[in-house]
Amino acid sequence: MEDYSREDEGCPQLLDLIAKGGEWVGKSAVERSHGTSEEKKLELRLAPPGGEWSFEESYATISRERDGLFSLGPCPQNTVLKPPSPWQQQQQQHLQTSYLHPVRRESSQLCSNRAAAAAAAETKAFSVANTAVHNTAQKRTAPASVVGWPPIRSFRKNIASGSSSKQASDSPDGAPRKVSTVENCPRTPFVKINMDGIPIGRKVDLKSYNTYEKLSFAVDELFRGLLAVQKKLCSGGIKDEGDGVEKIGGLLDGSGEYTLVYEDHEGDRMLVGDVPWHMFVSTVKRLRVLKSSELSALSREHSTPY
Amino acid sequence: MCLSQSVMNYFPEEVLEHVFDFVTSHRDRNAVSLVCKSWYNVEKFSREKVFIGNCYAVNPERLIARFPRLRSLSLKGKPHFADFNLMPHDWGGHVYPWIEAMSKSRINLEELRLKRMVVSDESLELLAKSFPNFKSLVLVTCEGYTTDGLAAIASNCKFLRELDLQENEVDDRKGHWLSCFPESCTSLVSLNFSCLKGEVNVAALERLVARCRNLRSLRLNHAVPLEVLQKILVHAPQLNDLGTGSFTHDPNSETYVKLKNAMKNCHSIRSFSGFLDVNGRCLPAVYPICASLTALNLSYAPGIFSNELAKLIRHCKKIERLWILDTIGDKGLGVVANTCKELQELRVFPSDPYGVGNAAVTEEGLVAISAGCPKLNSILYFCQQMTNAALITVAKNCPNFIRFRLCTLNPIVPDAATNQPLDEGFGAIVQSCKGLTRLSVSGLLTDQVFLYIGMYAERLEMLSIAFAGDSDKGMLYVLNGCKKLKKLEIRDSPFGNMALLSDMGKYETMRSLWMSSCQVTLGACKTLAEKMPRLNVEIISENEGGAGEGEASLDDRDRVEKMYLYRTLVGPRTDAPDFVRTL
Repeated sequence: MEDYSREDEGCPQLLDLIAKGGEWVGKSAVERSHGTSEEKKLELRLAPPGGEWSFEESYATISRERDGLFSLGPCPQNTVLKPPSPWQQQQQQHLQTSYLHPVRRESSQLCSNRAAAAAAAETKAFSVANTAVHNTAQKRTAPASVVGWPPIRSFRKNIASGSSSKQASDSPDGAPRKVSTVENCPRTPFVKINMDGIPIGRKVDLKSYNTYEKLSFAVDELFRGLLAVQKKLCSGGIKDEGDGVEKIGGLLDGSGEYTLVYEDHEGDRMLVGDVPWHMFVSTVKRLRVLKSSELSALSREHSTPY
Repeated sequence: MCLSQSVMNYFPEEVLEHVFDFVTSHRDRNAVSLVCKSWYNVEKFSREKVFIGNCYAVNPERLIARFPRLRSLSLKGKPHFADFNLMPHDWGGHVYPWIEAMSKSRINLEELRLKRMVVSDESLELLAKSFPNFKSLVLVTCEGYTTDGLAAIASNCKFLRELDLQENEVDDRKGHWLSCFPESCTSLVSLNFSCLKGEVNVAALERLVARCRNLRSLRLNHAVPLEVLQKILVHAPQLNDLGTGSFTHDPNSETYVKLKNAMKNCHSIRSFSGFLDVNGRCLPAVYPICASLTALNLSYAPGIFSNELAKLIRHCKKIERLWILDTIGDKGLGVVANTCKELQELRVFPSDPYGVGNAAVTEEGLVAISAGCPKLNSILYFCQQMTNAALITVAKNCPNFIRFRLCTLNPIVPDAATNQPLDEGFGAIVQSCKGLTRLSVSGLLTDQVFLYIGMYAERLEMLSIAFAGDSDKGMLYVLNGCKKLKKLEIRDSPFGNMALLSDMGKYETMRSLWMSSCQVTLGACKTLAEKMPRLNVEIISENEGGAGEGEASLDDRDRVEKMYLYRTLVGPRTDAPDFVRTL
């Protein structure tokens, strides 16, 4: 503790600016830490600091026991301090730009390495509080929409909803299997679509449709030809439905020979058409075109385990 | 001296071989083979178990030439960050070439253990038909096959002892793969199909369990209801390890009473998991076995309330390994700390990863555990917040950590009490835990934490970094300091070319390096690849399906989004898809 208090006496008290929902509240405090006192003074806070001294004490005790670990900081003790206000303005300007990286590079030219490190820490801390300003493409400071964070395998992500089939059916392997948007996946939602009776599946880009009708039309287009070929093969040339290819209709209302269903991100099979389109796109994992007669068979199968 | 040399020369090889039989760890056997040519040969022909940490570091031909008497192979494919959507699908890691090569060379394969690999039905079929003595298949986080492949294994592997599918992505064709085990199959010791989504033929399952008198480990999937579990337990009271399927039933029913009685008879269960669908009021059925449990995995069961969990845990005094959800809360962790004095490994998973402040554990729970469980050596902890003070206390309480993985739900959250970076806390951990081999850091972190890691984490083999550090210095501290580093994975951190290129030889001492969303440029990666021919430096593009505009337009000065490099004896791989470019 003695070491640290000596440093303290040498440094002027500086204002700490704390962001509170965008407003700046000035607060003076004597900041201290193990050899990075300069940065701490420049550092922005997200909340009122509390308990620092006790932390320092317990910390200092341990470090004394362990041979002054933190006195080995690479930064020289007499770094020139920049007054906070011009620094703040610079920060604010830089934050209007898209990326952290230009900010960091520029700041390192202006200050010492340690202050640059603080700047980066500040920008990080600052940006978290001001996500509105900040470009959400910058993953480092937009935690809510980060790909692959928190680092848990996909099947754990939906466990909170409490259903067992969900966790068992979600991909335990992190890589999304050519499906539409998993929560944080920025990719175009190409979704697999299979049709009963046809061994080869197709893929659809859901982003290129904005209504269920358009999707239904697309399904018809995708499978009409294949279905006709399949029927020809199976019936050995005898055509029941007459010449040419027949339109696949009634997919959405149950009136046709086939019905469109989908598997959502929880692994459940759902009838297409219940929810608003954008909600559907965000939860669909794959599509299936089932024979309408199969639907009742399915519900029977599901209720009695065999 | 001359006399001892001649004595060694006449030392019969059979004796050497017998001695080497007692040397079981891979590292020790590798060391043995370096002593002299004679030992190399004896070891080579007597080696039965081989572990390959990166399937692209060697190829099947070299493996077979090197260890012709191979019986058990462990292979790992994709890097760890592939688990979290950071690796495009179809990157690679196919097992087929390995099975094909071993089949052609008539290797007497008995065991195959794969992690993060792509396994096709063809490979499973080839496996089943090529190796008459095949006994054990363990697939961890694998994908690419269907239940048809499992049917092939069940039908053809006459001496199958172990079929263990952990967290695989399996296309469940709802076929009767379980019925494919012939009536003559009685050799099963371990069966785990908990990750399968579909129904199984429960009658076939019951008969299988009844005739496999040596069955010790059974993990069911969610489709197996409680009634069936009860019947299974009557057939197999000798089980050591049980994973329940669905665990929900009317607690007043006769079935439930029968289950309770069946459980009481299972005196050997030491490891328990499952509860894939659970009704908290059915939990008391499990109490009789709790007292002897050493491993408990409740991390798939968010439906159990904190107080029910606490009640259950109070019965589990001998637990050594506990996997749980953060619904347990800090208070529940306090119960664990008071009850589970034998605890060695704890994993607390998030029940609500994207929820706003619903996560129920903080630094308090961790501190309580560290204070109450003196044998704790491995932790994976997902939490809402952390403080340096807590980490320092944990470091003091538990100097024996070998694995320490902390994950704050907000990746750059600062110390909750002081708003400082969490550098000091992690610094205390690495300084105190001299045996630390695996570390994952998170929270607001500057270069300072890496200085500490470089200085103190002498035994560190695997380090995971995300959203941390300020400059190249951070990465440099780690590369320069951690002499035993094998795997380094970094995402979204400002480390760039200077750090990447400062010690290129280091990467040949490591298994692999992953860097994504960092500051390295294509030019630097090219330089590295040119200077180090025994590394594969892969640039992985976002766009699947075709070397698209993404790659062609990359200039040497452009940042590389994903880079994965690894040491290899066999040069660039031949099965790389379009979006992977090996420099």
